[in-house]
Amino acid sequence: MISLKVENIGKTYPDGNEALKDINFEVNPGEAVVLLGHNGSGKSTLFRSITSFETPSKGSIYMDGTNITELKKRQLRPVRKRVGMVFQHFHLINNLSVFQNVLFGALGQTRFFFQTFSPFASQSLREKAIECLDRVGLAHFAHKRSDQLSGGQQQRVAIARMLMQDPEIVLADEPIASLDPKAGREVMDLLWEIAEERGLSVICILHQMDIAREYGDRIIALKNGELILDESMDKIDSAFFRSLYEHEEDEDTSDEQKRVEVG
Amino acid sequence: MMNKQNKDYKKMIPPRYKKPSLITWILTVIFISFMFTGISNAGLSPERLGSGIVNMFSFIGNAFPPDVSRTGSIIGSIIETFEIALVGTFFGVILSLPIAILASRNTTPHPLIRTATRGVVSTLRTVPDLIWALIFVISVGLGPLAGILTIIVDTIGFCARFFSERIEEIEKGPSQALESTGATQLGIISGSVIPIGFPSFVGTSLYAVEKSIRSAVILGLVGAGGIGVELNTAMSIRAFDEALMIIILILIVVITVEQISTLIRKKVI
Repeated sequence: MISLKVENIGKTYPDGNEALKDINFEVNPGEAVVLLGHNGSGKSTLFRSITSFETPSKGSIYMDGTNITELKKRQLRPVRKRVGMVFQHFHLINNLSVFQNVLFGALGQTRFFFQTFSPFASQSLREKAIECLDRVGLAHFAHKRSDQLSGGQQQRVAIARMLMQDPEIVLADEPIASLDPKAGREVMDLLWEIAEERGLSVICILHQMDIAREYGDRIIALKNGELILDESMDKIDSAFFRSLYEHEEDEDTSDEQKRVEVG
Repeated sequence: MMNKQNKDYKKMIPPRYKKPSLITWILTVIFISFMFTGISNAGLSPERLGSGIVNMFSFIGNAFPPDVSRTGSIIGSIIETFEIALVGTFFGVILSLPIAILASRNTTPHPLIRTATRGVVSTLRTVPDLIWALIFVISVGLGPLAGILTIIVDTIGFCARFFSERIEEIEKGPSQALESTGATQLGIISGSVIPIGFPSFVGTSLYAVEKSIRSAVILGLVGAGGIGVELNTAMSIRAFDEALMIIILILIVVITVEQISTLIRKKVI
């Protein structure tokens, strides 16, 4: 299993906005970490740096001792293969079948890309895809177009696609933010069960305080680009949670949105 | 009550007309002088108008009833026209896809390649199809091959542009999701960009077929095969009844193709 180490990560945007200031933390194999922070706290920037969709201005990120901030696009591919991602908006290919979407999880493993296309995929790959779909309870929807599914179901398909990848660490970016509370809870349960049965490390960005307290082994909290808390769950008192969000209404949320569009 | 603090408020009524700027004056003068010389060069005269109307009626008189005796060979030529359009559009669309990928911001391997391909595509589009047909007739000789090549070029100019516009508007989320599995650029494009854009590509291609049919009819006038050759001959030997038959058949084919294409488009999108 993979270990992750974030060392002195900082990010300053060309407009002078300092989104991240000197962030340090480590995630051990098999650990479930929740990343908390309100809009504009820098958690999305941190997340995109860890997934190498953004280059930090300074510092290093080590995955099993490899500094991924120094890698070129081609060299990143084998690293990405080991990192499974779950997104807020699922990011399925809407007009393809659920089954095909899950098969695409193997894109990093086959020699040629078309070997993940349903008509050309090997029998073993097809069987694995249906197993992954069965794990998230949606094998009976394999033939459906993925945009015919509900939000919660689509997120479960996205989790099946992530399973297809055989990841060693899972990064989830607000996986339940666009779901209703019931579907959100189902997705969280599923994600945590899967992580546990496969011994995966998880880093999960969350917005909802109650969910974070319920699921996280450990909480990392950001505020204004600074790491303000890195503590195992049982040592944190509720007073802290209240303080983390109490000024939220005053904060400028448009800043974060602007950056997401630019990035 | 109205605000009467400013006693001179009546002076604030905007003028009925604004004085035009110098550029407006210059453009107006240029426009009017071109209109004037254009109309006078057309050589409009009462006698010409009169004889024009008479000739028009004699054409219609001679054209009716349409000559059905050569319908068989005319249909043969129309089928050739249809084939020119179909084959040309097919290969044009197939070539458009990789060209569009090279020409789109989010899929191009390098910005310079994007600029270069965009330049080529807009040249293909800007030069009118009849000129392409003349060039291909000179290079490969008279006949349908010149027509097919013209339609290919024409289709690339049209489809590559619209394909590329669609590709550039595709949200990057799904592509990013595939990228995060460790997919290659080729895998990302064929797994997300092409399937997401597919309905739009089909729609554009069907428009291209309709456009190509109309184009292919005309191409025969310069010898690039198809029904246009027949029409040109019938007109120059003043066999107007045959010409009318050709025009009617063209109309039927073009309308049929448009109807079928609309039907397919509705199903796909």
